[in-house]
Amino acid sequence: MAAPLTLLLLVAVTIRAALFRSSLSELIAERVEVVSPLTAWKRVIEGLALLDLGVSPYSGDVFHETPLIIYLFHFVVDYAEITFMLADVITAVALYLAVKDYNKQVFRKQKFALEADRYPLDCLELIRSPKEMYYIPLKVAMFYLLNPFTILSCVAKSTCGLNNAVIALFILSTIKGNVLLSAIFLSLATYQSIYPLTLCAPALLYLMQRQYIPVNFRRASFWWFIVQYAFMYLGSLFVIICLSFFLLGSWDYLPSVYGFILSVPDLTPNIGLFWYFFAEMFEHFRLFFLCVFQINVFFYTIPLSIKLKEHPVFLIFMQLAVISIFKSYPTVGDIALYLAFLPVWSHLHRFLRNIFLVSCVLLACSALFPVLWHLWIYAGSANSNFYYAITLLFNVAQILLVSDYFYAFLRREHHLTYGLYLKRKDGSEATLVLK
Amino acid sequence: MGLLSDPNRRRALISLLTRLNTPICLVCYMAGVAWFMGLAFEPFTLRTYMSENAMGSTMVEERFPAGERALATGREFAAHKKKVGGMPVDWLVKTMQARGLEVFTQSFSRTLPFPDENKERYMVKGTNVYGILRAPRAPRTEALVLSAPCSPGDNNQAVGLLLGLAQYFRNQIYWAKDIIFLVNEHDLIGMQAWLEGYHHTNTTGMDWSPLQGRGGSIQAALSLELSSDVITSLDLVLEGLNGQLPNLDLANLFYAFCQKIGVLCTIQGKLQRNDWDSVSGYSHAVQTMMLMVMKQASGRPWGDHGLFLRYHIEAATIKGINSFRQYKTDATTIGRLLEGMYRKLNNLLERLHQSYFFYLMPSLSHFVSIGYYMPAFGLLTVILLLRETHIFTGRYLSIYSACIGNSPLLIKYVSSQQSSPGVLSVLTPLVISHLTGVALYTLPIRFQEMAVEHFPVSETEAVVLTAIAVYTAGLALPHNTHRFLSGEGTEQGWRVLKLVAVLYLAVLLGCTALINFSLGFILALTLVPVAAFVTPHIPKVLSAFILVILSPACTLLFSVFFFQELQEMPVSFQDGWLLYLSVISQGILDHFLYGSLVYPLIALLVYPCWLLFWNILFWK
Repeated sequence: MAAPLTLLLLVAVTIRAALFRSSLSELIAERVEVVSPLTAWKRVIEGLALLDLGVSPYSGDVFHETPLIIYLFHFVVDYAEITFMLADVITAVALYLAVKDYNKQVFRKQKFALEADRYPLDCLELIRSPKEMYYIPLKVAMFYLLNPFTILSCVAKSTCGLNNAVIALFILSTIKGNVLLSAIFLSLATYQSIYPLTLCAPALLYLMQRQYIPVNFRRASFWWFIVQYAFMYLGSLFVIICLSFFLLGSWDYLPSVYGFILSVPDLTPNIGLFWYFFAEMFEHFRLFFLCVFQINVFFYTIPLSIKLKEHPVFLIFMQLAVISIFKSYPTVGDIALYLAFLPVWSHLHRFLRNIFLVSCVLLACSALFPVLWHLWIYAGSANSNFYYAITLLFNVAQILLVSDYFYAFLRREHHLTYGLYLKRKDGSEATLVLK
Repeated sequence: MGLLSDPNRRRALISLLTRLNTPICLVCYMAGVAWFMGLAFEPFTLRTYMSENAMGSTMVEERFPAGERALATGREFAAHKKKVGGMPVDWLVKTMQARGLEVFTQSFSRTLPFPDENKERYMVKGTNVYGILRAPRAPRTEALVLSAPCSPGDNNQAVGLLLGLAQYFRNQIYWAKDIIFLVNEHDLIGMQAWLEGYHHTNTTGMDWSPLQGRGGSIQAALSLELSSDVITSLDLVLEGLNGQLPNLDLANLFYAFCQKIGVLCTIQGKLQRNDWDSVSGYSHAVQTMMLMVMKQASGRPWGDHGLFLRYHIEAATIKGINSFRQYKTDATTIGRLLEGMYRKLNNLLERLHQSYFFYLMPSLSHFVSIGYYMPAFGLLTVILLLRETHIFTGRYLSIYSACIGNSPLLIKYVSSQQSSPGVLSVLTPLVISHLTGVALYTLPIRFQEMAVEHFPVSETEAVVLTAIAVYTAGLALPHNTHRFLSGEGTEQGWRVLKLVAVLYLAVLLGCTALINFSLGFILALTLVPVAAFVTPHIPKVLSAFILVILSPACTLLFSVFFFQELQEMPVSFQDGWLLYLSVISQGILDHFLYGSLVYPLIALLVYPCWLLFWNILFWK
């Protein structure tokens, strides 16, 4: 499997290198869909210039990346293109290894269940075969590396690629069962953009599952594990934050990065839901709706964790999707990360209901973004409502996609317990209806 | 959400759509065309009205007196033009300075990618002369432009009137915006150079000297074309680059002043008629609207104003027409009309934005807005979506009903059948047809020299004939390709390819129609039937013929004849063919000179998409 992966990496790097050299890269770097005020490379350059002049990069309202990023690029700014390509490669390889490991576990679990005769007899066709699972890790890497969204994001040098790499490493270390590394990478991801905080729920569930600790509030071992993880997580977060403070010599970056993410002062249009809403709103409702919008990201963690506590990796996928839909400055790079997981759930395809409609809508919207942007900004004949309409449609399609997968996953689990061919009490065929 | 989640309703809907697919598609197509034709019917259109507050209620008086003197200046200009044999720059500078303007010149040069036979130019060198009347009453942050092209033929009266207006405006105190009087040489090329110089951009690689003087940001512009001392009517030209239109308020303003002063005004050269309820009245309106649609679809600027629109400046061209009617208008009246329009524009507080940007005009007093004409296009696109569902469910229907209904037999059947066709069988035609498209885009210009060496043709002919040759070669090439890599094409293979092609077409047409409705609609009219009916199992010769007839190149050919017909200047087939060739060369030139997007759109996207359908027809 190493050879196809290497080939894939080579192809991906070639495409990116070619695009970096072409005149398109400047155009792409300006697109609002690809870069947000947080991740724009232009702003990183500006921050670096300020840093070199001995001015705090956070003075003014230009730079909003974290201090670690700016010090990273302080050293590798000349090799920025390579850094971004490397970040994509790391993400892809990490996802590849993680999914490979996960699939092994799924298969083992399935084998035990089969040996214990836990599945109903008519479910045999739902059982996954190693043959179909063999190429899934490669497909995951391919979905990430050759996804146009990732390519655009990388060519625009959006720092979103680095965030994705950190999250991918977090997923890898979690799935490998390394508690310490998992906590460290989670704290790094949180440090980068706050929202990955919600990923601690699936990580905890997964690690406990792996160490056979029951999820039971009355058990001491459960609480002890949580305390351990929290200690490692908070400890590394503390170290990182203090490190940033010592590097920079001031706490400027806290309001400028996290305040910026949470209070959404920059209403540049993007593919998210915030900008239009907050541009239109009366000022005195702002705080209230800010809370409502931000809670949205975090809120789904609780019900999803309860429903999916047996399936933490699917929960990770759901959380990543929720984050990328509801975060304050989303870009296409965030979407690419959770889209990479779709091949892992390829066995759910038979239960998906709207996948065709949704993928058509997603495709059409992606094509319409630049067109409506052109009409609004350059031609001046359309206005922001046109662009926001497409944003809205795009997000509705994403939500439909995710909920469709959620439904399909639950339905498969249901069939695995109760049999594929459900009978009503009177013996006739039953259908499952979601109402 | 009930529809999306309730399996029974879904099944009912899907089976309905599959059973009645063809009739629904036919009905949609008919309805789309009928809706479009209905747009010109007066009761379905809206009367134009002035939306902009600043131009609506305020009254202005028009007092311009010096029409005769303007015409005399025009004659003087003509004499100097003849003497110099081009643009009389020195005379213009002197005259403008004498009228109290700040005068500047800009020289530019441009070598065309190949000689333009219509206008007989290849290496263009010229000079623009413009004078700025500084606003006495405001901080000079905004400007208006009045331009007159200095063409080798007649446009002397326009330049004379422009100079006359400059003199008159100079003595008025109420100007709150700078007024720039521009005489541009070599019509659009000069205009392009001037606009690029004004806005510090260079999109087309033209050489021009930087502008020495500048006004504020330009709010609106009018371009004036007059070729005789008296005129019978004024024609308003709106269509700009890539089918962009100025804000409807500009048209309203023109119409309002024509009504006030009593000048006959036309659009597309068609007078307005009052008998909308008669057949001839309706067909007159249809003709006017179709002319607008054809002009907009061509994507070329139909007057010197066309390039302003790219810079978000509302602009229109006003053409004087002398058609030997009884009713004559003299230069003083036209001057008063322009004065009135500029005084109203002078009152603007912000850019024109209140009224519509997307509209069609069946007459100058009526318009059809985007909300009314988009359904016609929507009905055509629905066909694509329906076909898409049809193919998709044809492939997956069994899975669908199986999953929805949990029917055991079907699931087993499907799981045994589910061998997905290789990605290659879809990817190869896609890549090859796009490469053909790239060839169509690049080769004509690249190979012109070689073609001229080897064949007895001129450069322009070489370009056009190479384009046609590549286009035709594309028909022969791709339908063999998928067999090279993937062996025999499968039944599933063409279905997947068609799925991709139809989706591609739908997205492509949707985007095109948003930017240029007319182009999108015309392409949809011809390509949607192709997408709907093509499969490998229909009679090859007949359907190949139909496919060729409905291909983009033939659409263009028919459009040329149709356009001539609409203008009431029908041509013989021979002349039509020549016209067709020149239209292609003009399209290519428009792209390289002004950045019109129609040629790359057709070559790089529409033609490859059509080739995919061609490919499906010959799937083996």
